Amino acid sequence: MFNWIAQVFSVTRFSMLSLPQRKGSSAAALLGIAGVVAVMVGVLSIAQGVLKTMESSAGDTNAIVLRSGADSEMMSGLGGDDTRIIAEAPGVARDASGPLASPELFVVINLPMRSTGTDANVPLRGVQSQAVQVRDGFNLVEGRMFEWGLNEVIVGIGARQQFAGLDIGSSIEVGKEKWPVVGIFEADGGLSESEIWVDAAVLQPAYRRGNSYQAVYVKLNSRDAFGEFKDSLTSDPRLNVKAMREAEYYEAQSSTVYNLITGLGTLIAVIMGLGAIFGALNTMYTAVSARTREIATLRALGFRSGPVVISILSESLLLALAGGLIGAGLAWLAFDGYRAATLNWASFSAITFAFDVNLKLLVQGILFAMVIGLVGGLLPAIRAARQPVAHALREL
Amino acid sequence: MTERNNNGALVKVTGVDKVFKRGSEEIHVLGGLDLEIPDGEFLALMGPSGSGKSTLLNLVGGLDRPSEGKVEVGGKRIDKLSDRKLAAWRARHVGLVFQFYNLMPVLTAQKNVELPLLLTKLSRAERKKRAAIALDIVGLGHRTGHYPRQLSGGEQQRTGIARAIVTDPTLLLCDEPTGDLDRKSGDEILDLLQALNQEQGKTIIMVTHDIHAAARATRTLYLNKGQLSTEAVD
Amino acid sequence: MKYFYLVFSSLKRKKLRTLLTMLSIMVAFLLFGYLTAIRQAFDAGVEVAGADRLIVRHKVSLIQLLPESYEEKIERVEGVDNAAHSTWFGGIYQDPKNFFAQMPMEPEELFDMFPEYIISDEHKAAWLATRSGALVGRGLAKRFDWEVGDRIPINATIWTKKGGGRTWEFEIVAIYDGAEKGTDTSQFFFRYDFFDETRAGGTGQVGWFSVRVNDPDKAAEVASAIDAEFANSAFETKTEPEGAFIQGFANQIGNIGFIIMSIMSAVFFTILLVAGNTMAYAVRERTNELAVLKAIGFTDRGVLGLVLGESMALTLVGGAIGLGLAWMLVSMGDPTDGSFPVFYIPVSSIFLGFGLIALMAFIAGILPALQAQRLQIADALRR
Repeated sequence: MFNWIAQVFSVTRFSMLSLPQRKGSSAAALLGIAGVVAVMVGVLSIAQGVLKTMESSAGDTNAIVLRSGADSEMMSGLGGDDTRIIAEAPGVARDASGPLASPELFVVINLPMRSTGTDANVPLRGVQSQAVQVRDGFNLVEGRMFEWGLNEVIVGIGARQQFAGLDIGSSIEVGKEKWPVVGIFEADGGLSESEIWVDAAVLQPAYRRGNSYQAVYVKLNSRDAFGEFKDSLTSDPRLNVKAMREAEYYEAQSSTVYNLITGLGTLIAVIMGLGAIFGALNTMYTAVSARTREIATLRALGFRSGPVVISILSESLLLALAGGLIGAGLAWLAFDGYRAATLNWASFSAITFAFDVNLKLLVQGILFAMVIGLVGGLLPAIRAARQPVAHALREL
Repeated sequence: MTERNNNGALVKVTGVDKVFKRGSEEIHVLGGLDLEIPDGEFLALMGPSGSGKSTLLNLVGGLDRPSEGKVEVGGKRIDKLSDRKLAAWRARHVGLVFQFYNLMPVLTAQKNVELPLLLTKLSRAERKKRAAIALDIVGLGHRTGHYPRQLSGGEQQRTGIARAIVTDPTLLLCDEPTGDLDRKSGDEILDLLQALNQEQGKTIIMVTHDIHAAARATRTLYLNKGQLSTEAVD
Repeated sequence: MKYFYLVFSSLKRKKLRTLLTMLSIMVAFLLFGYLTAIRQAFDAGVEVAGADRLIVRHKVSLIQLLPESYEEKIERVEGVDNAAHSTWFGGIYQDPKNFFAQMPMEPEELFDMFPEYIISDEHKAAWLATRSGALVGRGLAKRFDWEVGDRIPINATIWTKKGGGRTWEFEIVAIYDGAEKGTDTSQFFFRYDFFDETRAGGTGQVGWFSVRVNDPDKAAEVASAIDAEFANSAFETKTEPEGAFIQGFANQIGNIGFIIMSIMSAVFFTILLVAGNTMAYAVRERTNELAVLKAIGFTDRGVLGLVLGESMALTLVGGAIGLGLAWMLVSMGDPTDGSFPVFYIPVSSIFLGFGLIALMAFIAGILPALQAQRLQIADALRR
């Protein structure tokens, strides 16, 4: 047994020593694999980034109420009276000022993107004072909160970064009015960071919404209070609503985009991976043929074919690992945290996010590289082991 | 169509030096060499390894240039020709036979022999015909569709010779043509070369180690330390 | 030419290596073709946008409505030929995943404003005769296997019906085809009069106007004139060329062009390494052979040409097959099952593909080819 292991080590050592002779093709295979991993991780990090934004938004004890049949706030509509009934439902947490239920109005306003100058549908949310408490991680980072009743707005950091004219001191034009930006907020990387917030009472007349809202965000007493909360609303004859856990809501919203990007990204990665496999096979076959005499000599001397196969495979796997690490590292350096914006199909509004090169993705990338290395090395390794010794010794 | 200069020599080498650089070292392979080869001669060049036999052959065949001196073939100063003209000259005037045959493994015997004809303006049919004739002359008329790996050593060398004569060259240069063959095959090759020389009047210069091979030539010269002589030096 | 045989024979030398390299190249160009189709899906709308058409929408937000009465005023602005209004219906057909655009329009306006929608006279008449009739694009009909006569219920999310109820029933009476390859045939149109009398709220209000101008060169001026007309009114407008409007949407989704370009650059760079490496090896192993060719009389340039020729043959076969496969894959249809309005590879991209093949062959082969060119016969034969 030990003899066998010793053989593996020495044969592998020989192959590593002769590597410099093949540095050209080895470099080609390595860089090829690095490229595949970098692209795969890069593209998939977009989907991960969108997902992260969505997930950050969902608190464990948070729920959202929409009109029944609506799939997003945009399509929903709730009367002012409805929102009061909802706020009084069982399970809703309370504090000194009352139930932690936030009726909100969701519209979009057209503002130019900084990157292209063309317009984007930026989410504009009309809120009441409970909005801040209902959301986890809300934090003003610059300026101040707007004053209730006044035409003032605060802007999420994502929105400020992607769209023009949202710095403190600038104003957004709503019809003939100018609403100044007085503060910038962050919200734990969640969706709200793509939005502009204003007093609902100011937004309603501007968009001619009377006393209507679109959604109520509530904070429940506990995670389990959701069942009771939901039942009471759906059985209430005065209401025609549906209640969801926030996490569910965001999952439904993001699934289209997430699935699309992940699907396309995986397809591209697989195709590229195929190309990389061919490249790796090329390299390894070249490596094997270059070392034909050497391998045959070893075998003639008494080394068994098992160690030969393993040494070839090790070389291939090591190359692939190196390539995978380089590619993953490159992707992490180049993409992680890169901020961009895309369209949320469900609400037809912009969502800002940051490319997320997370650990899961890095591991996936490196594993993918190893698979390429394995496939690329297996056949050549077997061929090396099968070559008739005498024939190989004669080859020049 | 061979041109002769005044005293009938086809090849005239005068005062030729050849120096090789190996890194910072300079190696003088040939020094002040003179040689005349009349048309129709079968010359054998012998000498120890490193004496410069192959170098001399390369100079006569226009495969290399001298560091000093003149090389004239058929009255033409080939050492003065540009690379491009030299290539064209070789294509027309020189046939090469190598120790290790140097056939292209991916081409059949027929296609290998046609190779030099690609450089001419002959039609496809013409090329095919000439190649067939050449292969016939060397006795391989029945093996034209085979690949080199399917031919024996002797057969491969015969293919090499066919390739060398297909353009009807002025000079046939052979570098150790029997070096890789057994005695019997070697003899067959030498028979062929002799026949080409005696029956077709081909001028042949052959570099060889083998005294039996040299015996077939009409003249033998010995090269030692860059100098020619008619006697072997031990 | 007679040298073709020599070039292709040389490739046979190491069959496996040639094959693997060709396969790598094939993969690269397969990806190129496929990604081009994806990019085209985003760009197509912009390309076929009417050069003489503008979009007029609410200045503050796309989701705000405009009065239908604006249409007359718009048509009176100088330089305007005709205007047609549309509205976003935003309904759901069975499942939110079955997304497609539904818009109420006045039939005659649609016929006039969008000549790229090809409709038979028979179908036009049918639509004019049926109040709840719908005109659907060929692509949409294929997707759901719809035929003329089918009853289609759509669940409205925005527009409730008078008297409550959200299910709107339509009957397919007409199908339109696209005049060009990039024309969107995934849309669902129904009649505005049916819409206006059935909807509970927003009567007399529409989403946006399509405007045709007399002179495309004056488009910017006419746009400003329209916006000036409604400045300071209760509903301020923003007018821009149709192409710019569509481009704006694509931009929101992301800088697709840039992403695809980056991916393709990485892919081509990688493949170039593989191909270049193969060519380098091919030359290195054949030093002797190449020297023999030169000895026989092939010129330096001839040998350079031979190596470049091999590189070209290798890349051409692999690349052509890759492009062919991409074409086949793209013909199989939209991978997103309906989200893309069109999905095809534009012919210009095929030409570009072949151009890239040539470029790649050159870059991969030039260094080894130069090496072959510079080979000294005497040195090389000695080895």
